[in-house]
Amino acid sequence: MGKVLMKGNEVIAEAAVHAGCKYFFGYPITPQSELVAYMARRLPEVGGLFLQAESEIAAINMVYGAASTGVRVMTSSSSPGFSLKQEGISYLVGSELPAVICNIVRGGPGLGNIQPAQSDYFQVTKGGGHGDYNLPVLAPASLQEIVELTQEAFDIADRYRTPVILMGDGMLGQMMEPVEFGERSETEQFKKDWATTGTRGDGEPKIITSLELDAESLERRNCNLQQKFARIKENEVRYETYFLDDADYIMVAFGTTARITMNAISKARQEGVKVGLIRPISLWPFPEKPFIETRDQVKAYISVEMSAGQMIEDVRLAVNGHAPVDFYGRTGGVVPTQEEIYDKIMMVARGVQV
Amino acid sequence: MTMKTVFKKTNGLTDKPTHYCPGCTHGVIHRLVGEVLEEMDILEDTVGVASVGCSVLSYEYFNCDMTQAAHGRAPAVATGVKRVLPNRMVFTYQGDGDLASIGISEVIHAAARGENITVIFVNNAIYGMTGGQMAPTTLIGQKTATTPFGRDISIQGSPIKVCEMMSTLDGAAYIERVSTHDVPHIQKTKKAIWKAFETQKKGLGFSMVEVLSTCPTNWGLDPAESLEWVKDQMVPVYPLGVYKNKEGVK
Repeated sequence: MGKVLMKGNEVIAEAAVHAGCKYFFGYPITPQSELVAYMARRLPEVGGLFLQAESEIAAINMVYGAASTGVRVMTSSSSPGFSLKQEGISYLVGSELPAVICNIVRGGPGLGNIQPAQSDYFQVTKGGGHGDYNLPVLAPASLQEIVELTQEAFDIADRYRTPVILMGDGMLGQMMEPVEFGERSETEQFKKDWATTGTRGDGEPKIITSLELDAESLERRNCNLQQKFARIKENEVRYETYFLDDADYIMVAFGTTARITMNAISKARQEGVKVGLIRPISLWPFPEKPFIETRDQVKAYISVEMSAGQMIEDVRLAVNGHAPVDFYGRTGGVVPTQEEIYDKIMMVARGVQV
Repeated sequence: MTMKTVFKKTNGLTDKPTHYCPGCTHGVIHRLVGEVLEEMDILEDTVGVASVGCSVLSYEYFNCDMTQAAHGRAPAVATGVKRVLPNRMVFTYQGDGDLASIGISEVIHAAARGENITVIFVNNAIYGMTGGQMAPTTLIGQKTATTPFGRDISIQGSPIKVCEMMSTLDGAAYIERVSTHDVPHIQKTKKAIWKAFETQKKGLGFSMVEVLSTCPTNWGLDPAESLEWVKDQMVPVYPLGVYKNKEGVK
């Protein structure tokens, strides 16, 4: 199969189908509606099922039901709808059910608007729902990367029995780029002997629940979850770095913001300012290593976000006081321009050099 | 001398003792569901969905695969299970706070879609687990923790009559309201549960049995008085009978 020109939202859907996801429960919300519409048309072709739920709450709970039978299942939404799914996501974590949930982030808080944003960073990386938990969060920056990360998301979900978040912004969902769906090499097999599919032929009844009334028992269960999160932190960190070798200044950005930032970096380098980029791909687990490796050599980090400053908190934790951390962000659906980011780089470079 | 077995515990239930209060009819309803699953020989092909409330631990008692759902969401979870496993029997077991209040949207839309699942809806006109608060099904004048002066229409409105409302939906194939206040009615309840599962087995669409039940603890009545209260106070407000039997399931 060669390259095809597709819209980001449709790429997510097609990549999910390629990953073996045959069940999708959705609810319309801009700017991810194309994803839902694509699934409605596509899944019957592969013998799967698309169902439009009455709400995001119902959709995530249908996902819970389907996931409890052991199949690959997905839902998607955008910020306000993603908030509604939080209860269900917490239950998925507590019951250790695998699923992929896509959040095409738009401007908030409240109804906000339908323009691109990254202001759900706190929500996706710090838990989101009630209880002690983290979720693997993958943030692609191009449509080709969506293809790879969507498939990775399903594997991570099955490997650790956890919901996984695929996070894009409205721009990524709406843009068109050529993509290629390569044949997937046979990945690991996941045994799902915990699935509640009826007991015929497999012995004692199975129970899927997040309830544990005894405090000591729940603590033990939570310790097991924490050990799982530790394994994810150990094995599932993803990031890319650019021009770090000689960098005096390091930009930190993810998703489409990273692409705009790259252009600003090229321009600054033409002006002789040595700037590099760390692009987190997994927002949780957050990539600490490239910061630890650079924090004693660089003059400053600059976090660039489509928010009032959320990822910057994780940058500061990773830098841990070894270097100054600056910030540039736009909110409310305003996308930072290459020029604005360039100006910020030059301002910091001059300021620190003085 | 050999003794003849005249009654034994159904294999549809596990051996775990239930946590229900004395005089609560959840235990009776559990047994009826268990007996029907066993007698229809569908125990091994069934996935049950437990809800939130007094019956949250029903997954410990039903002797089949069980999944526990968030408060009110059991019909959505059951939808997910059934859509993946159309040949399995899928049921939810929900109380009136769970189904008629926080979960009213999920159950209405499951019925509207004609979702081929069975809902066992236990109505005792109160929230039991949280300590006796008003439910949408609480009777006018009934005193609860959150209606200390009695439910007042001008403040809390009137009870929701779930069977009447659900039977207006085209996707609902079988809807019946029954009661557990005496033996003949308990027998009728079992028949209704059987017909609901039969509806699902035949693939006819959504089935629901509303079972009027007791809550001696939160009603402040003894078990015998509670049964009387169901008969004298609840049945007149919630008339028993078949509200919908689209395909004439027998």
